[in-house]
Order: sequence, then C-alpha cells, then structure tokens
Amino acid sequence: MSKITDTREAVMVGRRSDGSLVRRPLSPHLQAYDMMQMTSALSITHRITGVVWSIGLIFLVWWLAATASGEAAYNGAMWFFSSFLGVLGLLGLTAVAWYHTLNGIRHLYWDSGRGFDLPTTYLTGRVVLLGTAALTALTWFIMFLTWI
Amino acid sequence: MATFTLPKNSTVGEGRTYSAPAGAKNVKAFKIYRWDPDGGANPRTDTYEIDLDACGPMVLDALIKIKNEVDTTLTFRRSCREGICGSCAMNIDGLNTLACLKPIEDVTGDCRITPLPHMPVVKDLVPDLSQVYAQLRSVEPWLKADTPPPPDSERLQSKEERAKLDGLWECILCFCCSTACPSYWWNGDRYLGPAVLLQAYRWIADSRDEHTGDRLDALEDPFKLYRCHTIMNCTRTCPKGLNPAQAIGEIKKLMVERQG
Repeated sequence: MSKITDTREAVMVGRRSDGSLVRRPLSPHLQAYDMMQMTSALSITHRITGVVWSIGLIFLVWWLAATASGEAAYNGAMWFFSSFLGVLGLLGLTAVAWYHTLNGIRHLYWDSGRGFDLPTTYLTGRVVLLGTAALTALTWFIMFLTWI
Repeated sequence: MATFTLPKNSTVGEGRTYSAPAGAKNVKAFKIYRWDPDGGANPRTDTYEIDLDACGPMVLDALIKIKNEVDTTLTFRRSCREGICGSCAMNIDGLNTLACLKPIEDVTGDCRITPLPHMPVVKDLVPDLSQVYAQLRSVEPWLKADTPPPPDSERLQSKEERAKLDGLWECILCFCCSTACPSYWWNGDRYLGPAVLLQAYRWIADSRDEHTGDRLDALEDPFKLYRCHTIMNCTRTCPKGLNPAQAIGEIKKLMVERQG
C-alpha cells in the first residue's frame, strides 16, 4: 500500500460510465495560465530575487574573508570582482537587491491593509520596476564618481 | 507539493479539427480541452472553427453553439448565463473567468479554453470541486450566535456595519480566484485559498456573528491562512470584481491586532 501524502489524491479517482475506476487527469495550470500578468510575474520575481540575493551574499562573505586573509587572497578576489563577469554579477546583484527591497516595502504596505485594489497594485508594481532601474543606475553612478 | 509539470496521464495532445461551414466569413477557432473518462486516452485539444456571424457575443454562446450544432459530446457546466450562478467558470485565454461574462471579441487570435487550473477533471471542462466545497464547509460559513435574536424582530445592523459586508456577500463561489492562485495550486491540500478565506472573512466581519475569536483561532495556522503571499492573481481574475486578497489582508491584520 502506498502512502497518500496529499489529501487531494482522493479526488483524483473517478468512475467510468460502466462503474470501473479511472484516474482523472490534473487540469493544466502553468501550461494554460497567463503567468506574465503583472500580479504573479512580480511575485515570482520577488522570490527569485530573494534567492539570488542570498547567493550573492556568499560572494560578499568570500570578499570579506579574502580581505582578512592577506594580500594574495585579496588580489584573487579583486581579480574576480573586476573581471567582466564579476562586474556584470555585481550590477545584477545591485538590481536584484533594489528590486527585493522596493517590493518588500510594497509588501509591508499591503500588510498594513492598504493598496489592494487593482489600479494601486499595478501602480505600485510599476513604481517598483522603474525604481529598481533608477536606483540601480544611481548606485553605479555614485560608485563611478567615487572611483574616479 | 509544488510540481510544475503535469502528470503523465494529464499531458494534453492534439485532437480533431472541426472546420467552419463553407461560406463563413467571420471565423474564429476555439481550442478546447477535452477528456473523456470512458476512453483510455490522455486529454486532447479539439479545434472548433465557428462562424461568429451566426453566434452570440459571449464565449458561453460559442460553447452552447458547438454543443448544439457541431459536437454534442462537449461537456461543460452552465446555468444562468448572466454571471450569477458561477457554473461556467473556466480558463479562457489564460485567465480564469465566467464564460457567460467573457465577450468573444475580447480574445485576440484563437480562443483557448481549459478547465479551472490544477483541478481533477471529471470530463472536458468540468472540474471536481469536492475539495474546495469541503474547505468552504470547514470555515462554517453561517451565522453563529449564542445570544437568541430579539423575539419580535431580526438581529439588527447599523448601515455602517452592513457596509462592511459589501464586496464580500457578492461572491458566487465560482472558484476562479482559488484556481488562479499558484499558492493554492501547490498547497491546496492545506491552504484554504482566496475564495474560502473571503467567505471566512465575510462572517468574521459580520457584526451579528458572535464567534469571531473562534473563527480566527481556526485560521491561525501556517497553511490555512498564511500560504497567501499576496500574489494578487485572485483579485486580478475575479469575474465579479471582488477583492479576495484584501479580505485575506484584513484577516491577517486582525490576527496581529488581537495579539495586543
């Protein structure tokens, strides 16, 4: 006997016209649903950016450890971070961090019981997207200014 | 458990094509999900070419025309044809809605129709709703009061108290919202879903109900309530223009407020 892990299994069994049992199909979900609408698209992006940001923090730890372990390790880390891939990664990580932060504020706004109507939801969603682009550009602009 | 692909017995193949009658000028193709429990085959997508010049304006009109004139085996639920019974809820053009309220002209290109997502299919466009009905039963969607009503009148509400129920009582239980929610797809065995939580809040918000505390206790659960991640697909898809996400937000707020 196999163990039922999902109670919904019970409704997956149906009957044919002659009374014999048949396993029902599961209706299409991701395959049929429009996942590119603002609501679910921004939501999954929030989760993905959270994961990517967490992974990015491992690189921060690597950089910190390298600064503490001497010149050779530090030069190695800096070689990576100043390579094309490294800079691209840092740029991506800045965008990811801004998105997750701004959308986090959007979630706090919802948690206060406000902004649930569709026009406001779309408006705050657009603000998050534009804000991410603007703040990422601003962050890098300030970084370039301080480097030069 | 989140499984992003369909089980082997649920993948959808190509089906038959029913061509438009000769001479039809305004033709639209309806690609409709079909599954017959009596055959042993997987679900398929049948294509019906319909002459819109000889068809009513709504998607439900096209479905009824197909059943009457093209293929009598097509199976779907419908009753009131005016958006009050909730029977003809289905996925049309990627979004859940009522076929009777969806104008055909709002769909660009082919009109793709599938049953409400991530549900067991009874036949064609008819999903098994036992799970959502059982979940609705679990929130005890009726007035619970220990104080008897006044002997000579009804339980009275002020206009302000009654106004709190607007946007809640209008729900027709079509379950477009619950089956539009990815969180409900993955955790529908334990998460109650937007439709049922909106019903739960309808009684929590009712000034005549005296079991608000019990109702909140019953929802204080990592899955029943808190699998809502404010994705907002429910509010986006509701054919009645209601806001289940806001109702869930209000329940979450009450949970925090009563902690003092």
